[in-house]
Amino acid sequence: MTTEAVPRTDAGAAFDPGAEAARATAAILHDTLHGTERGVVVDSPPGAGKSTLVVRAALELAAAGRPLMVVAQTNAQVDDLVLRLAEQSPELPVGRLHSSDADPYDKALDALDNVRKSAKAADLAGLPVVLSTAAKWAHVTVDEPWRHAIVDEAYQMRSDALLAVAGLFERALFVGDPGQLDPFAIVGSEQWAGLSYDPSASAVTTLLAHNPGLPQHRLPVSWRLPASAAPLVSDAFYPFTPFRSGTGPGDRALSFAVPSDGSGPDRVIDEAAASGWGLLELPAGHTPRTDPEAVGAVAAVVRRLLDRDGTAVSERSGPAPLTPARIAVGTAHRDQAAAVRAALAGLGVTGVTVDTANRLQGREYDVTVVLHPLSGRPDATAFHLETGRLCVLASRHRHACVVVCRAGVDALLDDYPSTEPVQLGTTVKFPDGWEANHAVLAHLARHRVTWRP
Amino acid sequence: MSLIATLAQLEAVRAGRARPAATVRHRHLSDRPLVFVPLTTAGEAGAPLGALVGTDRDAPRLLVVPQPRDRDLRFAFLAELADIVLPYVESYTEAVEAAERTETDPETGKRVKVEVDLCADAAQVIVPSRAGVDFVRLLGRSMRFRRTAEQDPETPHPAPPRVPLLGRWLTHYGERARVPGSSLLLAMTDLLGRHWATGQSTLEDQHLGALLAWIDPPEDAPSGAEAALRAELARDADGQLLCPPAGPATDPAFDNRLLAPAIERYDRARTALAAAEDGPAADQRLGALTAAEREIRALVASRTRPTWDAVWRGLDLLRELPAGAHVEERWTRDRWSFTGHRDRILAGEPPQPRRDDAVTAANKLATREREQARLDAQEALDDPLVMAGRRLAGEAFAGEVMDVVMTYSEGKRPAPRPLVTVRTEDRPRLGERVKVYRSLGGRPQSAEFVEQAAEDLVVLRIVDKMGRGKEPEAGSVPEKGDRVCFTLFEHEQRGGAKLPDPERTPWTHGGPPGERAAVPEAPDPLTEEDVL
Repeated sequence: MTTEAVPRTDAGAAFDPGAEAARATAAILHDTLHGTERGVVVDSPPGAGKSTLVVRAALELAAAGRPLMVVAQTNAQVDDLVLRLAEQSPELPVGRLHSSDADPYDKALDALDNVRKSAKAADLAGLPVVLSTAAKWAHVTVDEPWRHAIVDEAYQMRSDALLAVAGLFERALFVGDPGQLDPFAIVGSEQWAGLSYDPSASAVTTLLAHNPGLPQHRLPVSWRLPASAAPLVSDAFYPFTPFRSGTGPGDRALSFAVPSDGSGPDRVIDEAAASGWGLLELPAGHTPRTDPEAVGAVAAVVRRLLDRDGTAVSERSGPAPLTPARIAVGTAHRDQAAAVRAALAGLGVTGVTVDTANRLQGREYDVTVVLHPLSGRPDATAFHLETGRLCVLASRHRHACVVVCRAGVDALLDDYPSTEPVQLGTTVKFPDGWEANHAVLAHLARHRVTWRP
Repeated sequence: MSLIATLAQLEAVRAGRARPAATVRHRHLSDRPLVFVPLTTAGEAGAPLGALVGTDRDAPRLLVVPQPRDRDLRFAFLAELADIVLPYVESYTEAVEAAERTETDPETGKRVKVEVDLCADAAQVIVPSRAGVDFVRLLGRSMRFRRTAEQDPETPHPAPPRVPLLGRWLTHYGERARVPGSSLLLAMTDLLGRHWATGQSTLEDQHLGALLAWIDPPEDAPSGAEAALRAELARDADGQLLCPPAGPATDPAFDNRLLAPAIERYDRARTALAAAEDGPAADQRLGALTAAEREIRALVASRTRPTWDAVWRGLDLLRELPAGAHVEERWTRDRWSFTGHRDRILAGEPPQPRRDDAVTAANKLATREREQARLDAQEALDDPLVMAGRRLAGEAFAGEVMDVVMTYSEGKRPAPRPLVTVRTEDRPRLGERVKVYRSLGGRPQSAEFVEQAAEDLVVLRIVDKMGRGKEPEAGSVPEKGDRVCFTLFEHEQRGGAKLPDPERTPWTHGGPPGERAAVPEAPDPLTEEDVL
């Protein structure tokens, strides 16, 4: 007998991201189409192809002849899914259920012949796939429930929103990113903390509390995050469910035609281009939320990113210019975003996205510039410590992320350990914001450029 | 905290006196509120020590539990409380007015108008502080599942007849107090804190004496700040606070030096009375017991009376403010809530369950979020000072109309879409397609942001409330020179989605509640620790 070399799959073997992701997707689709449970839960780290999975599952369910409803959280997400579906399968008739407000959907949908749009669910009856927001679905009543549903961004959906729509379907695929911002309520909900159906908890928390046996999958590869970012984001925000980047260290490059002028912004840009991360540290100090120096520093970095004529090379395409559309600025508060917009306008920059973490969820850019949520603060509140906020801000980029922050945040974190009251019966979320913030700061400290504007 | 609140606090620090945070009163105040000043026993959750209660500021009723661990005495206290509170509440259940409510017809499933009774007014309970609201809730929970001898002859510790009913009302009031803008059960510190800004933290504002000292310092005090410090710290020669805390918790120095010895004397007198062998001895010992009880009553009265007076002083201050325009509307919602609870009791429904089911919890959360948004909008519309705060936060802007250009929408029937240019010094957070609203005769009129023509010039397109014709109705479009105020937040709240009935709770939320808890709820079982 001769022995043949058998490919081994132990830890020492090379990690093939494409194959790993394909295996995970196949298992998810199998459970969705042929499983016996009423629900399937998929955890997806940032940029792991969640939308691609949703589109693929929708197409396969439609092909199997199962009427499908898709629940997303915002109109933009619904429109994005409709466009992706049409791109993949231009012939498939799709229903877009929308609100009766003015301009309820993206005008780009009007150009698609196979997409029927209506504010009434009855007009869309019989279509293989109907998509809408959770808020709109909540107003729909049906005699016979849909055979299947896909709930997108399920971790950002509140439990009470799921309660309002769960009667519409028999089985469902729940997809979402557990590391992003938790849903919130504008009034206190401590009264229900610890109840399995706490209406302010996330939909997945409630679903799994009542149905612990549901199959849970996760997508193992982030195609968005570069090799420099995936390990940090995975360790800091997904310590028990690690993931890898789909690309290797040399697959992406960011370069600038105009050399550095030696200023702080230019030095931090070079550091970020080389290593994927850059920390522009301003002198310590307590400032108002719209810290003029920090806001000015953010605007200066963006201005220099554009002035220096950047080129991004990635596995997806050849060299592509770093245009304003490929840059985003992330902040914690809306007034900070407004201040940055004003500062950018003052420097003549247009077309760069500036938004809060909440609104940047699910978006992707080549380079992001982040105003650290704790910069200049005298205290560390639960809002500013929230793990999801930092995770969103630190995981929007394909190439590099520049964080602008005042010195002293590490000391601030040590002065304010988490003091949220412990509620009986609630699942403690790991990691807590305190620890995640420290992990990110410790990593950023290796890419620090100090600057006094 | 908003920028304008911080500014008001800084001004208060500089002036040494509270600054107004509102120009109108944003909560309803009854003509005849019931004031309730409870005290609790340290270390014994839910063991009342005593209370001052009543509707007459000059004649409060004093209720005292001389030995708070004695359950019979506690029941006697609760029965007495029920005899005061329930007649007050029930005095509002009789007078009704006719009102309409939309209900779903069970047969056709259509929404139909039904004529129903609405209580013309409702009972209002005022407690000194937020902790008092929690105590009301706790009392309600401890009473509503109790069984009376009439309901259950077998029950080992029957409650006095009206105690469970009081528990249901207090529970209802405690739950309603969680609804933003509601006024059935109010804490005086919250009321004052809403209308004045002091130079101390909101935590310190929970001290009613200190809060009042900032707002209305005594004439001999050099400043509100010093009067507040005195209210918090000053003690007499015996080490007792001059201004006792508003409760329900008491000052430890009072507990240790005055209350504990008095209760011990009472206990000794009781033991002695029980051991009395003949009539004359019993008479004498009964005298000693009565004296010991009178002593505790005097102690409780001495700690609650200052708070009682402070609550009424606070009511005086608040009544000097005119009521906000939307206060009456919110009070009507409170009356609906009151009427609803009255009807549930009349219909013989069981007490509120210990925990909400999934659907009830979701409905409550949705209602409270809607009421919070409604309250925020209404307070701003009612009060220029609150609106100033929203303007400062970029959520509203006010200014003068500089120009109006008439344009029309495209389509078969062109509708007026006037372009209005407003000059404002505010810095609203306007972006592409942002909608703004202004109040037009109490109804919101919407407009779209068109462009920022200059740093202080905002161009808007009015889109509705101009009538059906080609020409806008008179007065529906602002004119050059008008002062206008637009908000970025909506003035009215849409109703939320209808949730399934509890018996149709879906599988994602554990299915109908009946399937899990087939056994009806019983009160907590007695443990050894319960009987001391």
